[in-house]
Amino acid sequence: MITGAQAMVKCLEAQGISVVFGYPGATIAPFYDALSQSGVRHILTRGEQAAGHAASGYARITGKAAVCVVTSGPGSTNLFTALATAYADSIPLVAITGQVTSELLGHDVFQEVDTTGAVEPFTKYTYLVKDVNDIPRVFQEAFHIASTGRKGPVLIDMPMDVQKQLIEYAQPAPVNIRSYKPRGKGHPMQLKRVAQAIAGAKRPLLCAGGGVFCANAQDAVRRFVEQCNLPVVSTMMGIGVLPTAHPLYYGMIGQSGLREANRAIEESDLLILIGARVADRAIASPRRLEGATSIIHIDIDASEIGKNVDSTIPLVGDAAEIMQQLIACAPQGEWDKWLQWLRAQRDAVQPYPDQTEYVEPRRFIKLLSQKMEEDAIYLADVGENQIWSARAHEVRGGRFMTTGGMGTMGYSVPAAIGAKLAAPQRQVVAVCGDGSFQMQLTELATANQHGVAVKVIIMRNGSLGMVREIQAHSYGNRRFAVSLDGSPDFGGIAAAYGLPFWRVHTMGEASEALDAFLGSEGSAILECMVSPEEESI
Amino acid sequence: MKTIISVLVENKAGVLARTAGLFGRRGFNIASLTVGETDDPTVSRMTIVAYGDDREIEQIEKQLNKQIDVIKVKSLDTEATRRELMLVKVNAGAQARGEIIDVANIMKAKIVDLSPATLTLEMTDRPERLTLLLNMLAPYGIAEIARTGMVALQKGAGGISER
Repeated sequence: MITGAQAMVKCLEAQGISVVFGYPGATIAPFYDALSQSGVRHILTRGEQAAGHAASGYARITGKAAVCVVTSGPGSTNLFTALATAYADSIPLVAITGQVTSELLGHDVFQEVDTTGAVEPFTKYTYLVKDVNDIPRVFQEAFHIASTGRKGPVLIDMPMDVQKQLIEYAQPAPVNIRSYKPRGKGHPMQLKRVAQAIAGAKRPLLCAGGGVFCANAQDAVRRFVEQCNLPVVSTMMGIGVLPTAHPLYYGMIGQSGLREANRAIEESDLLILIGARVADRAIASPRRLEGATSIIHIDIDASEIGKNVDSTIPLVGDAAEIMQQLIACAPQGEWDKWLQWLRAQRDAVQPYPDQTEYVEPRRFIKLLSQKMEEDAIYLADVGENQIWSARAHEVRGGRFMTTGGMGTMGYSVPAAIGAKLAAPQRQVVAVCGDGSFQMQLTELATANQHGVAVKVIIMRNGSLGMVREIQAHSYGNRRFAVSLDGSPDFGGIAAAYGLPFWRVHTMGEASEALDAFLGSEGSAILECMVSPEEESI
Repeated sequence: MKTIISVLVENKAGVLARTAGLFGRRGFNIASLTVGETDDPTVSRMTIVAYGDDREIEQIEKQLNKQIDVIKVKSLDTEATRRELMLVKVNAGAQARGEIIDVANIMKAKIVDLSPATLTLEMTDRPERLTLLLNMLAPYGIAEIARTGMVALQKGAGGISER
């Protein structure tokens, strides 16, 4: 016989989990005690939200569900933002929350909150475990649900008494949930229609979303578009599906996207959406698009098809499997003129503006991405900095990761810590603003404590720039509550955490500082002074 | 457009809240939602009466299907056998009582309770027939009503489980 807590640890080990991110507390103490006796590494973050984001960064690099653990009450509520963020971007997480003793449930006792009730709208599934014997089955199902179909966070709420009860541990039977059978391959009839539509198109365009990464279908997408010479645009979450300089890649679409990419969508006569939700920031008027072009919508989640845009050919299934099936169909079409037109659009793009008094953020990010290692991981935070990053970062062989769905400030540093732990040999750079940095700077201690080297770049413009832009454009330029006066000297912050620090005032200083910063040992901070009037686009 | 959606779900804690929550969250309009166990005690059947155009109904079906605990979703056609149960307490002094009993007989409603000032009627029928009974009783003054919401089964031998 072992305790429920020991069984929980065994379940994690059975799933191949070697790292968990968390923050302990009273109701999860039995689990922590069992964890201390195991070989599983625990990364103590400096807040529960960061534990969730770090697990997200870890999961996005490994492609497998990652684990975060917190206590009940405020521990669990602090995690909600990270769960909602992972849910919006379909990131597989298994969140374990402590809960008060089962017989006290519903009595509003110390640190009690109805966690499963509260997180239901932004988790894929939840469990409240009341019988210790359910632990092996529940954990196995939770990992299965989180990491199959449309991936997402699954939460397991663990009352403290259940963690202490004894269980005769046995390997659970293989997962069999009668009501949950995610579809893998696409329907052959629909595939045939897709192949015919591509062959008959004059101006086809493939738009890749974050779902391509969720399905680990980047290589398959690349082989498919290269096989039939199909031009590609991406959503913000789809950045990096093809290298930025790939001849078939025409950039990011959307409100913050490139004009030529948005024009390509408008001019296309066949739009192939793959793993993209067609949310408002990506395509502002989907109804208009429906009339103008034929739409093939490929998604693992049938409910995404027809939610925001009607499609001519819906195709439900796993992006990687469907790409393989389409590669086998080998559709051939003629659209040389279309490719010429697209190239002309791309070549007509204006260079980034000059800026002598401050760092020009787009030029800086472009330079940064050129200096980063080939397979480096780039974490973009939220705000103007996210738009600069998304538009100017050049992906070669690495990853570009951000919170496209939820737009969660304070994501980049904890997610970078998670990503670095998942790929210790790869360079990991987090780029944030001075607003978002101050939401997460406590996580520098996490990086230090666990010896995780993350490079943090702060684009400092002294204000909440994106909100300032909204106020400028939509609220009569009445600036309010956006000044970040009172912010600390980030060099002093770096010193306090024992990290090397560079401050870049102008582009003239950028190259040398970046070389030193990227070449430094361990974690480091680089601050870019950006004009307070700089706009995102 | 009104649509009847039958849903087979796992009969376990939290499923009703999760499913009902979906409607509020996604802004779907429902007239009624009923739930009860089936012949298989591990399965419950929900009958949801929802309003929406084709696109909205399709979304409702897809969002229901996406729920991990939902086993099967099927929209029933208008030919389905539809029933609702209603209890209605109507003001009925000695004078009005005879007239109300006449109405009950014509409508095939049962008298299930009696007091010096009221009659309670029970009626099981199509929802629009229940509404007709209420219209007939309105002049006497309706004290209170309880309705179950609609349940429905497809006509003929076919059922929800077949493909």
